[in-house]
Amino acid sequence: MIKNISNLGDAALYCDFGNEVNKSINSQVIKYFKTIKEKKFEGINNLTPSYNKLIISYDLKKTTFKEVKKFIEKVNIEDLEKTNSKTLEIPVCCHENFSMDIKRLEEILKLSREKILENFLNKEYFCYMTGFIAGMPFLGDLDENIRAQRLETPRVKVPKGSVALTEQFANIYTFESPGGWNILGNTPLDVFDSSKEDKPNLINPGDIVIFKEISLDQYKNYNE
Amino acid sequence: MSSNYFDIIRPGINTTFQDKGRDHLYHIGIPFSGAMDNRNYLIANKLVNNNLDSAVIEFAYQGPHIKYSGEKINFAVTGDVIFSIKKKDVEIEGKCYESYQIENGDEVNIISTNKSVYGYLALGGVFDLKFQWNSCSINTKANIGSNDGKKFDVGQRINLKKINSNKDIKKTNYINTKIENIRVIKGTNFDYFSEEGKKVFYEKEFTVSKLSDRMGMRLEGPKIDNIVNTNIKSEGLIKGVIQVPADGNPIIMLSDHGTIGGYPKIGVVASVDYDRLVQMSPGSKIKFKEINLSDAETLFKLYEMETQNLLSQI
Repeated sequence: MIKNISNLGDAALYCDFGNEVNKSINSQVIKYFKTIKEKKFEGINNLTPSYNKLIISYDLKKTTFKEVKKFIEKVNIEDLEKTNSKTLEIPVCCHENFSMDIKRLEEILKLSREKILENFLNKEYFCYMTGFIAGMPFLGDLDENIRAQRLETPRVKVPKGSVALTEQFANIYTFESPGGWNILGNTPLDVFDSSKEDKPNLINPGDIVIFKEISLDQYKNYNE
Repeated sequence: MSSNYFDIIRPGINTTFQDKGRDHLYHIGIPFSGAMDNRNYLIANKLVNNNLDSAVIEFAYQGPHIKYSGEKINFAVTGDVIFSIKKKDVEIEGKCYESYQIENGDEVNIISTNKSVYGYLALGGVFDLKFQWNSCSINTKANIGSNDGKKFDVGQRINLKKINSNKDIKKTNYINTKIENIRVIKGTNFDYFSEEGKKVFYEKEFTVSKLSDRMGMRLEGPKIDNIVNTNIKSEGLIKGVIQVPADGNPIIMLSDHGTIGGYPKIGVVASVDYDRLVQMSPGSKIKFKEINLSDAETLFKLYEMETQNLLSQI
């Protein structure tokens, strides 16, 4: 349930579901997200579910914080049928050409490259949300041994396909973009396809993702 | 083949098509996009008798140089922009906020924006563009929108589907005002910062960095000290959010921003000041001033009334 609603600026509602990150809180967020989306409240122009927050932004020309808050407090959250989640294997190459932050991770985690990869690969991760840049999946939870904070200064350019870690999460940069996560490898797979307007994301909230290591040669030949 | 088109002789630095943007897509990671300076976007369309939500050409710093081919058409430039119009043998200096008529063979050369960032070039007609999620706005970071999601390139040809039959010449007097203070509403992680850090945020001057674009504006200045955590669990973002990463330098989210972020939010720029914020070029000084939600709502209402008033006079 929503613990607190506040304003984020003058054109968004910040719905707080608590500070913990787990599947049960996350599925609450998703339930609210889906229900509110269905209701098509006049003025709401975006909903952003995340681990334990839901941000509802609206057009200040059409509605206000007060009106949207009133609507959210009264909304009946319906039990939604379970959506079909799928399990996906994502190839990742961790060659030094790609693993830009491996040295940093080795230092912070006090683990060798081999150990870091052993703890990361071939495990099941749950997709909590998608976003940042088109289609980027937020996956978790990582083994406690390989959890690291973001970079102090985010990079201006992170290469497309980068597989990166922060805290208990992993993600895939679907496009070249700025970003502050620790980069471990790169996938040759296209995770986002804008030509499919109704389903552009390969990975969706609720899906299970397993990273499988590939060699540099396999990486190079992947899309041929 | 369309008989009305223009060729791009010089694309400019970051020239794209923009319209009102796209909504209901944050949850898959697609931002609003759309014209950065909404007021100037609307005025540009009004000056050439377009629907207000039509696509226009947005440029930053140096704009495009285009050569037009086809039947007579109106165009207008908005913002604080230096440009010229070349007709047969004469080249005249153009004035913003006035529409002009050009004909086959004429050229428009957008030389630069003046102490600002964005300008708009509207043509009185409808460009032949691809729409994605009901908008042709180009998002170069995710290659979404018209022109394959890429900025203008030299040698490209852009077709027009239609030319407005209403070719009335229009003019308005508008001056882009600068503001000294950007008004902000306290962010959801305001209390992550030390008393000293909060004071720095509201009292010191920050400089707009060169590393600014349609996605975000990076600021440099005194460090804002965080006493709780320099990371938060990644969560949604909106236009105008000011995040402070561990290095203490604020980053303001702009129209092509990432939809999710994990740095603490110290504040959010009030909607009323967004159009003017985006026009602050690298090197400009910014000071933040705190306002509350209800003042922000009232100020935006007034700003919006002023915009509607400006449009109704054109």
